[in-house]
Amino acid sequence: MAPARTTTARGAKPRLTTGATTRLEVLEALLMSRDAGQCAQRALTWLQRYAGVRRGLCLAADSAPPRLVPVASLGVSAPRLERYSVDLEVRDHPLTQALLSSTPTILGSNGHGATTPLGPGPVQAIALAPLSPRDLPAGLLLVSPFSPQGAAEVRWLARVLGPRLAALMAAQRVEEAENRLQRERGLLYGIINAVIDPILLTDGDGRIIIANSRAETLLAADEDQSEGRRQAVTLNNMLFSAALTRHAIEGAEAPRHEMPLVDPVDGSDLLFELMSTPATDVREGAGIVSILRNVTDLQRATAEIEENYRKLRQTEADARAERDRLDLVIDSVADPILVTDPGGNIVMMNAPAERLFVAVDGDSEEARRQVQANDAHFSSFVSNLFFEGDSRRRTGSIGLVDPITGASLPMEAISGKIVSEHGEVTAVVTILHDRTEELERARLYEDLKKLSAELEQKVRDATAELVRQNELLRRSHIALEQASALKSQFLANMSHEFRTPLNAILGYTSMLLKGVSGEMTPQQRRNLERIDSNSHHLLSIINDILDISRIEAGKMPLTLVEFLLPDMVREVLAEVEPLIARAKLAVATELDDALPPVKSDRQKVKQIIINLLTNALKFTPQGWVKVTAAYDTRLDRLTIAVTDSGIGISPKDQEVIFEDFRQADDSPTRQYTGAGLGLAICRRLTQMLGGELTVRSALGEGSTFTLTMPRTPQD
Amino acid sequence: MTADPLLVLLVDDYPDNRDIYVQFLTYSGLRVEEAENGHQALDKAFELHPDVIVMDLSLPGLDGWEATRRLKNDPRTRDIPVIALTGHALAGHSKGALDAGCDAFITKPCLPERLLDEIRAIHGTARARSGDPTT
Repeated sequence: MAPARTTTARGAKPRLTTGATTRLEVLEALLMSRDAGQCAQRALTWLQRYAGVRRGLCLAADSAPPRLVPVASLGVSAPRLERYSVDLEVRDHPLTQALLSSTPTILGSNGHGATTPLGPGPVQAIALAPLSPRDLPAGLLLVSPFSPQGAAEVRWLARVLGPRLAALMAAQRVEEAENRLQRERGLLYGIINAVIDPILLTDGDGRIIIANSRAETLLAADEDQSEGRRQAVTLNNMLFSAALTRHAIEGAEAPRHEMPLVDPVDGSDLLFELMSTPATDVREGAGIVSILRNVTDLQRATAEIEENYRKLRQTEADARAERDRLDLVIDSVADPILVTDPGGNIVMMNAPAERLFVAVDGDSEEARRQVQANDAHFSSFVSNLFFEGDSRRRTGSIGLVDPITGASLPMEAISGKIVSEHGEVTAVVTILHDRTEELERARLYEDLKKLSAELEQKVRDATAELVRQNELLRRSHIALEQASALKSQFLANMSHEFRTPLNAILGYTSMLLKGVSGEMTPQQRRNLERIDSNSHHLLSIINDILDISRIEAGKMPLTLVEFLLPDMVREVLAEVEPLIARAKLAVATELDDALPPVKSDRQKVKQIIINLLTNALKFTPQGWVKVTAAYDTRLDRLTIAVTDSGIGISPKDQEVIFEDFRQADDSPTRQYTGAGLGLAICRRLTQMLGGELTVRSALGEGSTFTLTMPRTPQD
Repeated sequence: MTADPLLVLLVDDYPDNRDIYVQFLTYSGLRVEEAENGHQALDKAFELHPDVIVMDLSLPGLDGWEATRRLKNDPRTRDIPVIALTGHALAGHSKGALDAGCDAFITKPCLPERLLDEIRAIHGTARARSGDPTT
């Protein structure tokens, strides 16, 4: 309570002067007082002035709780006053007793000094008269000292102050209660408004009695707000009423009452859950308290959760399918695949890997040992990868053993780390690849390469040799061709060069024999005839050489005519008659006049026969020569054979005689003259005619040369 | 026999051969003129217009093939028969001679009588072809 202020006295009246004026004055002052403190203070001030009181204290009796509280003081220090708040329940307290005493009580004169609030000296305590006689005294007035003449003033004031103080105290209490009520109400509204959920109290007809600010936003609109907002509010009110009605019908058992509303501010859809509770007020009647909980976000969250759940399920299904596929893939790989966790434990492997790293029941002791050995090798390889730090991949070789067959398996191992987002190694995947075949292939390939290289070298050597031989052959071929061409050219040239002088010799001889230069003696004529004969012989040699050249150069044309062999043989015999006469040999013929005609080159056949006949004459010192012409019907071939009883030809010479410039006796001292071209030409001509020329002979037993030819030339 | 005996132009670079044929043909009653190379042969042919020309093919300078070709390409001498005479007996020579325009081809050695027969034969053919009634 505020310290009492000293009221300024209205008129300066002589001290201790009492009377009706001063009493009226204080009564007016007391009536004009705003509160109990001011009222009591004015009373004390009046007492000081008119009753000689130097110290005083006014205590008001409060009803709830029942206690005495100081309201005004005079000449007392504030701390001391605090002590005089006295609980009225404490009945034996001197102040309580003084209050309840109908007569003034003197305190401090009989050992009560310690409890005297006004310091040393006796203090008079006077109960203040209550507002109504039934009530407790309104308070207690303590004064000291008091003069005998002031006692009447004190008693009077105690009587008039009491009811006034009581009234002011009551008014003060009402005001306090109202203030408290106002505060509590404000607090309550603050609390309600602080709740983000709309809260409403409606009456039985659904009219809103109380709404918090959130509820007002949704359900109340002023005239000055926008049309859209007002429409939204109207709609919301309808929705809310409908919800309330439904709620009332369905009752509180319905688990949830959802109520869609529209946000008047932004027009968005909102979803609320409605919780209504009937509230009965004695004065206001039945009402309903509704709390709306915004579940818009909740709904969205629920939908999201459901969606997420669905996705999760889907993802799970996908992952499972993926996993199944992966398993299928991994198992279908022929190479062993293993997945190891960071602890080095194998967490997954495919069937080929199981064969190597898992022992099954029934495996032999040896197989189990191999499985362990394989596992040790593999673990060592993988643990190295863990130690290697940065490298994510490792390739190496591991020597494993097939536990079942005991076969050695040189494996190539490729390990890769699987690293999580945080850079931790979560697993290591290892693929093993059996290099047995590869190594074997490589070895075979090496062998093959070596063999191939050897072969290649051999081929190269052989080719080089071949090339060398070829080159030699080519060179010798060229040389031969050149020599042959030169020879042919030489022979052609020579024959020409021979012919020109020979032409002159033959020409002159012929003219002389014709008697161009006049008659000659028989001796001259005989000599001239020898010249002529020798010249012709020389010409025949030259012609032989020319024939060879022509045949070799392919320049010997055939002129085919049909003729009879016997006729031709007789012609030949006539032509060589001089030779036969000179040889003194018996020449016989066996000519079948029934021979069929032959179609061939008459000139060449004749040339062959002449040649064979002259040879027979030449190489038969004595005896006979026989010419036979026959026809072999079976083979359809004609034969002309010239047989002699001459010197014969040894078997080894029987081929030589057909070669150019060869005779059986090739020595410089040979007995028989001749260029040795005759048979060579004959054989060539025979071949041109499609026939063959053979010899049958033995040394000293004569020879038989046989020309066999077709009746008509073959293609 | 008509008034003018046949005039033969004998072309050969070998004097002895010319001599043989000149002696024999003259002996046989023909008139003979000689040439020893191709150019001479052309000159005399144009100048004398012989009845028959006997042409050795291997001649120094302008050879017998070329000389014959020119004679046969010239209207003045085109109709004169040419007998080729050569020591080259290879088939190619006779073909080349006929290509050059020779009317006959004789390989040496050729006896004088043979040449005479050939001249008479070819002259007769040529006259028959040209329609000359004289024989």
